[in-house]
Amino acid sequence: MSQPTNVVIAGLGGQGVLKASDILADVAFSAGLDVKKSELHGMSQRGGSVSSDVRFGERVFSPMSPEGEADFLVVLSTDQVPVNAAALSQGGTLIEASQIDESALSNKKSINVALLGVLSSHLPFNAELWAEALRRNLPEKLHEANLQAFSIGRNQ
Amino acid sequence: MDSLPQHHELALLSGDEAVAMAAIDAGVILGTGYPGTPSTEILETFEKLGGRAQWSPNEKVALEVAIGVAFAGARALVTMKHVGLNVAADPLFTVAYTRLDGALIVVSADDPGMASSQNEQDNRRYALAAGVPMLEPSDSQEAYEFTLRAIEISERWQLPVLLRMTTRVCHSKTIVRRGTITIPPPHTPHFEHDFPSRVMIPAYARPAHRRLRKRLAEMAEWNDAEGPNQLIAGSSSVGIISSGVAFQYVREAAPEASVLKLGMTYPLPIEQMRNFAASVDLCYVIEEGDPYLVEAVRTAGIAVEGKPEMYRFGELNTARVRRILEDDLLPEPKPVPGKPPALCPGCPHRSVYTALKNLNCIVPGDIGCYSLGVLPPFEAMDTLVCMGAGIGVGLGMRHSLPPEEARRVVSVIGDSTFVHSGITGLVEMVYNPPESGHLVLILDNGTTAMTGMQEHPGTGRTLAHARTGKVVFEDLARAIGIHNVHVIDPTLNPARFQELIQTCLNTPELSVVIARRDCLLATRSIREYERCNDEPAN
Repeated sequence: MSQPTNVVIAGLGGQGVLKASDILADVAFSAGLDVKKSELHGMSQRGGSVSSDVRFGERVFSPMSPEGEADFLVVLSTDQVPVNAAALSQGGTLIEASQIDESALSNKKSINVALLGVLSSHLPFNAELWAEALRRNLPEKLHEANLQAFSIGRNQ
Repeated sequence: MDSLPQHHELALLSGDEAVAMAAIDAGVILGTGYPGTPSTEILETFEKLGGRAQWSPNEKVALEVAIGVAFAGARALVTMKHVGLNVAADPLFTVAYTRLDGALIVVSADDPGMASSQNEQDNRRYALAAGVPMLEPSDSQEAYEFTLRAIEISERWQLPVLLRMTTRVCHSKTIVRRGTITIPPPHTPHFEHDFPSRVMIPAYARPAHRRLRKRLAEMAEWNDAEGPNQLIAGSSSVGIISSGVAFQYVREAAPEASVLKLGMTYPLPIEQMRNFAASVDLCYVIEEGDPYLVEAVRTAGIAVEGKPEMYRFGELNTARVRRILEDDLLPEPKPVPGKPPALCPGCPHRSVYTALKNLNCIVPGDIGCYSLGVLPPFEAMDTLVCMGAGIGVGLGMRHSLPPEEARRVVSVIGDSTFVHSGITGLVEMVYNPPESGHLVLILDNGTTAMTGMQEHPGTGRTLAHARTGKVVFEDLARAIGIHNVHVIDPTLNPARFQELIQTCLNTPELSVVIARRDCLLATRSIREYERCNDEPAN
């Protein structure tokens, strides 16, 4: 059986880490794959470190990406890179906020979705699946800004 | 009726959401509970899906209400975090002696690793101690199916069933196929007198205990023969007995091993485990937390390998299971510490802790966002034991410390925690007042903030945010005999707030100060709920 793809998304409470992992999990689910997503609630709204794992493939067991086995580490806040670095596999891809020109975003809070755009260029899901998942997971008034942020990330 | 995101008949759900969906499908007529991570979303989802759900003042009351539902012949679900079951343990142990006409499912959401709890107690011990059958799902599909099976089991044996979940089962999202299990329809609620089965005076409780043990013995046989357990054939050299989310780590860490996956972990299917262990050269028991399964298996005379003591602490994961199977006793890699949570900028608790720190108070504290007052920059909370403990602990300190220290003791408790377990502490204060007096400071931010802004009896709104009866703390405090009761917004004039605390500490009287200011994160929602409640009904 092929190994699942492991993505860890990390940042600080309030940055949209969990929203980003919901969108990614929804995309993989819509593509017909087995998906598991793990996260910890509780202290997340109090500005502390937050991370969420999304795993997808033919069959997924553990909801958490085993240490050192993440294919992608997406970090929304630069100071959280060292905290989560051990998650990433050797040869894994680090995607971080500094890769996005924030001034190009129509809403700066969409950095989470912009980074999903960067991630999307490495994954086998088409743009329409992503757009549908974004619309399903975000309130309508945020659709335009987030579709724009996603496309900035995806087309880098 | 709201709906959960789904495509065709599949849905990507958290374990909590899956339990709620099953409760809807089973016709559960009432869900009760007290908010607590990681259980909170079960009732919230149940309500969104059209179920009737209620927050109770605490888990004990929640369970008692649910027992009434089951005595009336209907189906009840009661949810709580692991420590909540300590509060509800009193009714749990005795309802196990009674005969239910309906179904009673008690969800205990345990928190191994303490992502958001004060201890990592393993509530599988409660099933054993109370004599209550227990099911343990390992993902959301099982959370869905085991909820339905638990209802069926509860009605068949007329006993409560413990559905024991853990943080990773509650909060991980996995794919759920709905409608995989059908159970008989619920009974029509109706009450028949049956004194010996429901009135646990000693004369009736003695035979009731024997009846319980007899039923559990029958259930053990049933579990052995046709319980919700699963045998995964694999290598004949290594076999692993596991349950709950640990099963998922086992499958990933040792894909070649034979696995006996237990769905019902009390009463245990001992003969199945015996046969399984005999079928492999080396049999491991891999479980998260306490050595619950391994002790039971060894007591039955079955030779198995457990995990080294170091793996008892914290959660398991795939890497740790690999280490257990390799008998790796080396110190584990330490995770890089993340940024700790902090009181939000502008949080009203900030002004309170600033004052307490300025006055060099001794602060027996309690459980909620305000527990963060122990961390820098405040470092102004001295104790945290359990819900409501801050008041009793403060009184004990007042009784024993020398006067100059006793006069600096202030008990601090949040609004939801006060309703949960603080009221009896206040009664204790009136009944057994310390010589130096005492001050209880209720931090009333108008919501159960820590667990995600749930309502409670002090907000005057139901779980679904509709207007209902409201417990007014200042009226309550005065009614039980406390004369010195003040309500103040601690953020408006911090100097005045600090003066008020100082004044209360200077008197040998009993004082209650209610520091009232809505949680910043909840203000907008609260305003919206109140606006909706003010609109005339159509």
